[in-house]
Amino acid sequence: MLKLNNAGEVLPNDWQVLSKDAAFDAEQLAEGKWLVPVKLYNANRAMFDGNTNISVWLDSDDEAAEVADVVDVLPVIGVNFPVFMDGRGFSIGRTIRERYKYSGELRAIGNFMQDQLFYLKRCGFDAFVVTDAANADSMAQSLRDFSDFYQAAVDQPTPLFRRRFSNVT
Amino acid sequence: MYVYDQYDHKIIGERVTQFRRQTERFLAGEIPPEQFLPLRLQNGLYVQRLAPMLRMAVPYGMLNSRQLRKLAHITRFYDKGYCHVTTRQNIQMNWPQLEEVPDILAELAEVEMHAVQTSGNCIRNTTTDQFAGVAPDEVVDPRPYCEIIRQWSTFHPEFAFLPRKFKIAVAGTQSDRAAIYFHDIGLQLIRNPAGDIGFKVIVGGGLGRTPVIGSVIREFLPEEDILTYLEAILRIYNLYGRRDNKFKARIKILVRALGPEDFANKVEEEWQHLRHSASKLPQEEIERAKGFFPDPAYNRSFDDTHVMAQINRLRSDNRDFGNWLSHNVQPHKIPGYRAVTLSLKFTGVPPGDLNDRQLEIIADLADRYSFGEVRTTHNQNMVLADVEAQRLFELWQELRSAGFATPNVGTLTDIICCPGGDFCSLANAKSIPIAEAIQREFDDLDYVYDLGPIELNISGCMNACGHHHVGHIGILGVDKKGEEFYQVQLGGNSTYNAALAEVLGPSFSREDMPQVIRKIINVFVDNRQGEEDFIDTFARIGMNPFKERAYAKAQ
Repeated sequence: MLKLNNAGEVLPNDWQVLSKDAAFDAEQLAEGKWLVPVKLYNANRAMFDGNTNISVWLDSDDEAAEVADVVDVLPVIGVNFPVFMDGRGFSIGRTIRERYKYSGELRAIGNFMQDQLFYLKRCGFDAFVVTDAANADSMAQSLRDFSDFYQAAVDQPTPLFRRRFSNVT
Repeated sequence: MYVYDQYDHKIIGERVTQFRRQTERFLAGEIPPEQFLPLRLQNGLYVQRLAPMLRMAVPYGMLNSRQLRKLAHITRFYDKGYCHVTTRQNIQMNWPQLEEVPDILAELAEVEMHAVQTSGNCIRNTTTDQFAGVAPDEVVDPRPYCEIIRQWSTFHPEFAFLPRKFKIAVAGTQSDRAAIYFHDIGLQLIRNPAGDIGFKVIVGGGLGRTPVIGSVIREFLPEEDILTYLEAILRIYNLYGRRDNKFKARIKILVRALGPEDFANKVEEEWQHLRHSASKLPQEEIERAKGFFPDPAYNRSFDDTHVMAQINRLRSDNRDFGNWLSHNVQPHKIPGYRAVTLSLKFTGVPPGDLNDRQLEIIADLADRYSFGEVRTTHNQNMVLADVEAQRLFELWQELRSAGFATPNVGTLTDIICCPGGDFCSLANAKSIPIAEAIQREFDDLDYVYDLGPIELNISGCMNACGHHHVGHIGILGVDKKGEEFYQVQLGGNSTYNAALAEVLGPSFSREDMPQVIRKIINVFVDNRQGEEDFIDTFARIGMNPFKERAYAKAQ
C-alpha cells in the first residue's frame, strides 16, 4: 500500500494498521510504526505514552471524542471507511479537525473510493492509503475536481456567502 | 429568480467536467459499476426498466422561459420528445443515453440548471409552495431561504454519503402546500411576537414503507441560525442513522428510535459547537438572497373588483371558462393579478407529462403573461404565478388550444401519480392506467365539481412516490403472485393538519378500481352534510361505511 497526499503525490506508507481483532502483542508493536484501534490505545495510554511510533485509528462507529485528550501527541490519526457508502468518516474527520483542533496527519484508510477524495480533503483529510496499482495522476485530478465551494469545511472555513461580500467591495 | 454569478457558473461547470470524466472512466472500465452507481445517482441518472432515467433539478420549482426552451430542446434532441414533472417539483426524462448525459448536463449548465443531487443518499432538491411570493396568506417568502439551503447543500462534503436520501421542504404560508410534515426536515417560516423571522423545525416525517408524521423539535429557530442548525441535524443523522438496513435508514427511524425529545437534545448539543461558526448567516446574506426575489414590475393601479366583474361577466356566455376560473385560477396578493394553474392532468396523458412543443408553448405563455417565469408543483402541474386578471379570458383561450385548461385542479381527477410499472423498475404495479381509468369513470365535470376538493394519489409501490399515504383517497399498487392488485386507503392529509391514510381492506383487481372509487364517492355523497369536504365527512363518519359498501356482496 502507498500513501497519497493532498497534493496528489504518492509517498511510501510507513504506518501499519493493527486490526481490532488482533491480539495485543507488545513485541509486534515494538517493530515499525503502528496505528492501533483507538479504544485499545485509550485503555493502555500509559504504555504508549511518549512513543511516537504508535498512533491510532478510528472505525466508523467510534466517536471522534475518543481522541479529544490525545490530539496533541498523535502524529497520525486514521479513520476507517469499511465500505465507500459508509459516510460516517466524513463527520468524524471534520469533527477531529474543527472541534478538537487536531493538526497532525489525518489519514483515510479502508474502502473509500477515488471519487470521494475531493470530499475527504474538504473534511480535513490530508493522507489517503491507496493500493500500489493506484493511478496517481487520475487521483490527483479527482482531488482537484472543484476549485471553489459554497459551504464552509476544514480546507475553506469561510463559506462562499461571506467571501462573496469581501470580494465585491 | 436567482441568477448565477461567476462562482455558481464555475462550480456547476466543474461538476459537468467531473461527471464527463467519471463517465469516461466508467466506460473505459476504470470505475467498477458499484462505485459508479452513487456517482451517477448524484447526477440524477437512474437505470430503469427500459432505459436510463435522468432527473433534472428544478430548485424549489422555479423555471424561466429560457430554461423551458432548453428543456424542450433537450427532450427533443436527446430523448423521445417528452418529459415528466415529478412530485418533488423536478423534471425527468425516460430515454437518455448514458454516453450523452454529460452533454445534457453541459446544456443545462448554459441556462443555470443542473441535475445535482436529484438522487442518491444525499441532500435532495429543496421544495416549497408553488405560490411562494404571490400567495395572499404568505407570512414570509420561502424562496430566498430555499436558495440559501440549495447552495449550502450543493456538494456538501460531509453529507454526500448519508445513510439514505434526505429531503427538505420549506413553507411560508398559513396553509401548507409543501407537505412539510412529510419530509426528513420540514421548515415553517414564522414570525415570533417580536416580529423576528424564524423557523419551526420539524424532523422525521416521511412516506415510503413506514409513513410517519414529522415531530416538531424546535418551535422557533432564528433565521440566521438555519444553516448551523441544519448542519447539526445532518451530522447527528449521518453518525447515528442506521446503515445496516436500507429500509430502516431514513431519519424518521432514528427519530423514532431515540424519541423526538432525545433526538432534539442531541441536535441541540451538537449545535452548541456550531452555532457561532462562520456558517451563521449574516443579515446581509439574507438580504442578498431576498434581492433575487423582488416583486416583478406589477401594475399597481388595478381595481380588483372592477376587473373581476368584467371577467365574471364572461362566465355566463361560456361555461367552460367559468369552470376554469373557479378551479384553475388562484388568488394573488396584488389586486388585479391571479395565479393560474396549468393542468397537466388531461385524460389519456400520464399525469405530469409534457412534450417538447408544450414546453415551448408554456415558455411563450410565460413570456407574454407572467414575467417570463413559471413554477412546477408537487401536484405535477405548472403555474403561471403573475397573470393580469384582465387577461384571463385571453389566456384561457390559449391554454385551451394547447391542452392545459382542463378545469380540474384540486378535484378528484387532478390525480398525483408516480410513473409506475410502465417505467419504473421498483414498481409492483402500473399506476398510469389506473389514473386514466378513474379519470374516464369520472368524466362528468359538473359531478366532479359538486364533490368539492378531493385529493387522489396513486403509487405503484410502497416507496410511495405518488404520496398515496397522504391522499384523501390513496391507491397503492401491490404484487400478489405476479398479478397487479390495488390497495385503497382513506383519510390522508398533507397539510399542517397532517394525517396518514388508513387502509380500507383487502386489495382489488385493476378492472374493479373505477367501480371501487365510485362506491367510495357514493358513500361520501350519501353521508355528506351540506357542502362538506370529503376529508371532513370521512373524519366524521369514519372508515366503516366505506368498508361496508366497498366489500358488500352483490345482491
